[in-house]
Amino acid sequence: MGPITRFGRWIFLQVEHMGRLFVVLLATLYWFLRPPYRIHETFLQMEYVGVGSFFVISLTGIFTGMVLALQTFHAFVSFNAESLVGATLALSLTRELGPVLSGLMVTARAGSAMAAKLGTMRVTEQIDALQTMAVDPIEYLFVPRITAALIMVPVLTVYFNFLGIVGGYFVGVNYLGIAPGPFINSIVNLTDYQDLTNGLIKSGFFGLILSFISCYKGYTAGEGAEGVGQATMQAVVLSSVLILTGDYFLTDWLF
Amino acid sequence: MIQILDIHKRFGEQEVLRGVSLNVPRGEIMVIIGGSGAGKTVLLKHLIGLVRPDQGRIFVEGVDICRLRRWELKETRKKFGMLFQDAALFDSLTAAENVAFPIREHTRFSDAEIMDRVQTLLAEVGLHGIEDKYPSELSGGMRKRVGLARAMALEPQIVLFDEPTTGLDPIMSDVINELILNTQKKFGITFFIISHDVKGALKIAHRIAMLYEGRIVEEGTPEEIASSSNPLVRQFLSGSSEGPIHVI
Ligand SMILES: Nc1ncnc2c1ncn2[C@@H]1O[C@H](COP(=O)(O)OP(=O)(O)OP(=O)(O)O)[C@@H](O)[C@H]1O
Ligand SMILES: [Mg+2]
Repeated sequence: MGPITRFGRWIFLQVEHMGRLFVVLLATLYWFLRPPYRIHETFLQMEYVGVGSFFVISLTGIFTGMVLALQTFHAFVSFNAESLVGATLALSLTRELGPVLSGLMVTARAGSAMAAKLGTMRVTEQIDALQTMAVDPIEYLFVPRITAALIMVPVLTVYFNFLGIVGGYFVGVNYLGIAPGPFINSIVNLTDYQDLTNGLIKSGFFGLILSFISCYKGYTAGEGAEGVGQATMQAVVLSSVLILTGDYFLTDWLF
Repeated sequence: MIQILDIHKRFGEQEVLRGVSLNVPRGEIMVIIGGSGAGKTVLLKHLIGLVRPDQGRIFVEGVDICRLRRWELKETRKKFGMLFQDAALFDSLTAAENVAFPIREHTRFSDAEIMDRVQTLLAEVGLHGIEDKYPSELSGGMRKRVGLARAMALEPQIVLFDEPTTGLDPIMSDVINELILNTQKKFGITFFIISHDVKGALKIAHRIAMLYEGRIVEEGTPEEIASSSNPLVRQFLSGSSEGPIHVI
């Protein structure tokens, strides 16, 4: 096979992949608007995404705030702007780091598990079994997970932001000796309500992206344990890349 | 009534089905026999639209399964009950929840009514006290029987069983064969069963068909099959490694 034929085939395959993804995306949108609404299943998934990621989010949130305070303090102290550490911290957390890092942590924790679960269901014929019982796998498996991520990633982001500010306050005030009054004031004066809401809109998008990609990769997993492993890996990589690139375009659009 | 007309199916280079035609009258038990890898499971999956043929048509109660739209196929599938070769139980649900699943999805019975029905279904396949166990905690034969109970849960009109007795002990195999016979007599269900259990097949089938190298090489009543002069069938029934079928 010549290189041109091979390239042609590769293009063909990519177009086919895109087509398939688009069809699944449309089916997901369709089932979002149609009954049955699986409230119970959605709550189970919300618990899984939210409670499951609670610990890693706590840890990363606190330490992100702490290191931010440390870095900005050392940069700002040289021109006597320590009082701005609080505002810098709050702005970077609410606009950028909260949504992005929460999205990435949920991808690692819950996205990978979604891909592995659906992938296993695919290779052990459980998805085929669903279909023979006249239950649409997209409706039954995708919609509750995507709804859960859409709700829980913003919730976790708020929690991440809060802990980040607490961690930053702790380091800034107790360890580096910034006065608590100016620290808090700079946050209150320089942070807008909009910084928070735009950050939350972002994190909602990240939740959608990571849950759809993870479900899709698991749903289309190849054969055997190998196929599930590949699907999980691809789900994490693709979700992370899309979160980080999507972040740029969302920032450009929102702020 | 199932009509299979000249089905062809290939996976890549491999031609699995090479023109299969078969009729299963309503209310009859059709048993498919044939060597491992002959394409029996692939044929079965065609009947419920999990696999689409490259060529040929399949009519179930006069409806062409291969031409149905997604939602039409879904309606048609509610008439079916299917047992997969490896049972394909949902591993995050308990045995009882697995059997209850199709009932919950497609009827409006109360929880108590559903649990009642689940108990009856599980008892029919000889299972007691395993309601709350997960598939990973059950033996292979138990999983298969939970799969059987799940396939029968909605009182289907057409039942597709992929090796219902493989992995069961002889007594339990007979219990399952009796169950198949009794439900067929009581409800007039159409059964399409794949089996390696020749003795059981001869006992329960109205008709038996043998699949070999992607084609039906013999079809007839159990008596006709048992006295067939086709060397392929004779070798298969006698279970001998000597004959026209070369395995190695
Ligand atoms: N999805 C698939 N992709 C590629 N090849 C397949 C696929 N499904 C089945 N095959 C091939 O088709 C052939 C027939 O498989 P099938 O599962 O129908 O055999 P079988 O008659 O059910 O055998 P057994 O009695 O061992 O279950 C096998 O050689 C298998 O490799
Ligand atoms: Mg098989």
